[in-house]
Amino acid sequence: MWNYIKLAVLGIAVVLFGLAANYGRDFGYQVHALIFMAASAITFIYTLRTMGDVKPAPTGYLDGVVRAGVIATAGWGVVGFLAGTFIAFQLAFPQLNFEFLQGYGNFGRLRPLHTSAVIFAFGGNALIASSFYVVQRTSAARLWGGNLGWFVFWGYNLFIVLAATGYLLGVTQSKEYAEPEWYIDLWLTIVWVAYLMAFMGTIFTRKEKHIYVANWFYLSFIITIAMLHIVNNLAVPVSILGSRSVQVMSGVQDAMTQWWYGHNAVGFFLTAGFLGMMYYFVPKQAERPVFSYKLSIIHFWALIFLYIWAGPHHLHYTALPDWASTLGMVFSVILWMPSWGGMINGLMTLSGAWDKLRTDPVIRMMVISIGFYGMSTFEGPMMSIRAVNSLSHYTDWTIGHVHSGALGWNGMITFGALYFLVPRLWNRERLYSLSLVSWHFWLATIGIVLYAASMWVTGIMEGLMWREVDSQGFLVNAFADTVSAKFPMYVLRAFGGVLFLTGSLIMCYNLIMTVRRSPVKADEAAAVPAE
Amino acid sequence: MDIDYHILREFADSWVLLAMFVFFVGVVIWAFRPGSRSEHRDTADIVFRHEDKPAEKEART
Repeated sequence: MWNYIKLAVLGIAVVLFGLAANYGRDFGYQVHALIFMAASAITFIYTLRTMGDVKPAPTGYLDGVVRAGVIATAGWGVVGFLAGTFIAFQLAFPQLNFEFLQGYGNFGRLRPLHTSAVIFAFGGNALIASSFYVVQRTSAARLWGGNLGWFVFWGYNLFIVLAATGYLLGVTQSKEYAEPEWYIDLWLTIVWVAYLMAFMGTIFTRKEKHIYVANWFYLSFIITIAMLHIVNNLAVPVSILGSRSVQVMSGVQDAMTQWWYGHNAVGFFLTAGFLGMMYYFVPKQAERPVFSYKLSIIHFWALIFLYIWAGPHHLHYTALPDWASTLGMVFSVILWMPSWGGMINGLMTLSGAWDKLRTDPVIRMMVISIGFYGMSTFEGPMMSIRAVNSLSHYTDWTIGHVHSGALGWNGMITFGALYFLVPRLWNRERLYSLSLVSWHFWLATIGIVLYAASMWVTGIMEGLMWREVDSQGFLVNAFADTVSAKFPMYVLRAFGGVLFLTGSLIMCYNLIMTVRRSPVKADEAAAVPAE
Repeated sequence: MDIDYHILREFADSWVLLAMFVFFVGVVIWAFRPGSRSEHRDTADIVFRHEDKPAEKEART
């Protein structure tokens, strides 16, 4: 019965999206209607073809969706790093904004493609896949909701495709990290509610008495992102048949809402969610329980109580009232403490097992990611101080800070988790090659160091150049002067990106060869998945 | 409209602030309550159980 309802709904959806594609008012909307139509049609055919099948009752953990998530994470990662490296070269060599790609492949269109590809496609798939893996193991229960996890995976990746194609075609509401237009936002809301249900349902049906701390972090990430996403995307569509919409809030309220969203996307998507990964994968790889469970509890509550107020530090010296930006600054500085508490907790988990750093490149990757977490959570509060911000804001220092956090912390912990997950998910005895992991580690680390160092130099340099005045009070430098002064640093940054990208390609090769060549784990040979 | 905002604002930076602070201090005290050590040790060990398959039967007490 359920399948018949599903078929009817999907069939109607195919027709409606076809109509929308026909009557759509702009090209981007029409393309998206066709993508929605294709997705509905494929789901329709899949449902129809598998309807009569007799399926055995599912047992064990639902790992298929985690495997799919691992593949998506690695694939989107390469896409995002490639886009980032390319736009880095575009900044150094503007000729790469090719004439024949104007309007599609120039820096302005590719930049949101890069940021969303790395944050939402790479990071988001890593979070969804790892949260499904972790919540099942630490709850000792199968993922709740049958195939709900699969809906979350495919639905989320449909969102990614819509967002990415939208950026290239100009479907954007111009809010940083919240660029997708109204109908894409609505679709993500549906997917996110399903995600919350699958995750919470698993926790509710858990067989362990306590909820392990990693799940607290994952849960706060899911709930807060839902809240942020809905409030920041409040908009009225101009037409139901067009991609344009008008924001409900305007002026400084809109700016404050945007950066309340923006900074908490950092705080809960890129920090809380990934701390969930840290609290599971670091103890597992080190084969020791977390250093202090008490500290992890305090870390959690301090982090979520403080992070939510830090957003106004993005709006120093703007129309935002001084008290609000001071509040943001003060909370950002206080936030340093729980951040370093978490870092210490992660690092000290290795106490008594430091020798593993010598022999295990995977744990080395995790440790350096925690190191970068500590570094960028020191740098961030410092940059949020108004006096420092007056130098650093609008310069490349900010870009460097973001990348030492995103490449160093989020990237490295995700690579560590992928190296941990692939042998287990595909039931292999070990990784294909540990020396390739070492290559990846060094390429990525040197790439990040080159990136961050060149951005410090160029950021502080241009900040100083912008504020330099002569004895008459006139500005000494034109904007174009800073652009030409930055050229060598831009080339160095792009080279750092090439190293990081190369490392990720080596990882993909290593993971593929792990699945294809590594010996099957002996005792459970019968449970080899079909994929 | 102005009055509504000020009422909310004053409520937020007095009683709500106090409530959140008290809650946070309560969490810290609760984490250090007597007898929490063995419980935390057991919880921290969750990651080393049920690696391959779910628990057979209810272990919650």
